[in-house]
Amino acid sequence: MKILLFGVAKDIVGNQVLEEPSFKAKNVAELKQELITKYPEFAKLSSLAVAVDEKYACDDRSISAENEIAIIPPVSGG
Amino acid sequence: MNPERYTRQTRLQGFGEAGQQKLADAKVLVIGAGGLGVPVLQYLSGMGVGTIGIVDNDVVDISNLQRQILYSENDLGQSKVEIAKQKLTELNSEIEIITFPTFISTENALEIIANFDVIVDASDNFPTRYLVNDTCVILKKPLIYGALHAFEGQVSVFNFKGGPTYRCLFPEMPNPEEIPDCNENGVLGIIPGIIGSLQALEAIKVITGIGETLSGKLLLLDGLNQSQQKIKFGLNPKNLEIKELQKSYEFSCATEVKSIEAEAFLKKWNSENIQLVDVRNPEEVERQNLPEIQRKDWKNIPLSELQEKSSKIDLQKPTYFLCQSGMRSLKAINLLEGLKIYGDFVDVKGGMNAISELTATTKHS
Repeated sequence: MKILLFGVAKDIVGNQVLEEPSFKAKNVAELKQELITKYPEFAKLSSLAVAVDEKYACDDRSISAENEIAIIPPVSGG
Repeated sequence: MNPERYTRQTRLQGFGEAGQQKLADAKVLVIGAGGLGVPVLQYLSGMGVGTIGIVDNDVVDISNLQRQILYSENDLGQSKVEIAKQKLTELNSEIEIITFPTFISTENALEIIANFDVIVDASDNFPTRYLVNDTCVILKKPLIYGALHAFEGQVSVFNFKGGPTYRCLFPEMPNPEEIPDCNENGVLGIIPGIIGSLQALEAIKVITGIGETLSGKLLLLDGLNQSQQKIKFGLNPKNLEIKELQKSYEFSCATEVKSIEAEAFLKKWNSENIQLVDVRNPEEVERQNLPEIQRKDWKNIPLSELQEKSSKIDLQKPTYFLCQSGMRSLKAINLLEGLKIYGDFVDVKGGMNAISELTATTKHS
């Protein structure tokens, strides 16, 4: 599973792309949980958009190893 | 009007004289005359948008000049909207520039935004972004969105022809401790130049109807590797049901933090022996500070150093926390309480921005 990271998510992981073959998440909610387990700082992000194959995805959207995921926290700078 | 002025764009197929006339008839409001607002203002003025409103209450600071390249060293300390108006009028004297030397707030948002057709969010904080989104939903105005984080940017068009809104992407405002702001986090000078230019392009498309806007799409740019992603997102109809603004768009906190309005704080500051902890960076303090600081119990401890320097705070005294916009002062109190350091802590709402609004008003009256 390829996960693209933006904003503060990229800062937390320290990389723009996360390749995580060990992740077993079947949907977006489970993926968020796995991210928190691996990187506890994700727990404090209450507001986070997730895209699956370049489309905005709700928590119940199912995912598999073939999908490209993007983790998009809000950013405020101007 | 000099017919030569716009020939490079009026000769474009699909734009033409008709497109130019639409620009001339348009009224665009730009909220924020900083990193994003400057390129938006420059291009919209140059291209001939007939009426441009600018909302900002800041003055030009030396630390602005690496990215806000409409301003120059001679303008330091002067009102951004005034300098912007002067320079944009030099660029194009055939357009009208209307200045609003204030920060947008729940008191003025509906009134100001109502007079414009297209709104550009070039602000730099979440409370403003949510306030502007909700106002645009209520007044049915298209909103051109741009925002930055370090080397990255986001661009989209909200609330356009029944399309999705900011809240369809990020339904609720994040907590203050989640996302760092620009003052803390830094921004590479060119990034707002790029993102602001893209916002200007989207505004032109919304006004003239050329091309395809970013409505329903979030453009993500990473300046470090020049990668772009476009994320499709849809409307959640309940986000169009906003009928009135929230009472407040200030950050709400998990733990209850005591706070004080800027006006009440100034009274205390002038009459009582209170302790003030300013958690801004030294450069920000240098630029703008309270009167009579020397004779008071005042400490400058930047938020990033608060943990190691927390022993400097006299916990026996009532302690007021101040920053630029009221965001970091909240974080500071949360941080101390997280470290199990408790005292009579009070947050000064709206920070130096709110205080300077007050002192400016007093001066005028």
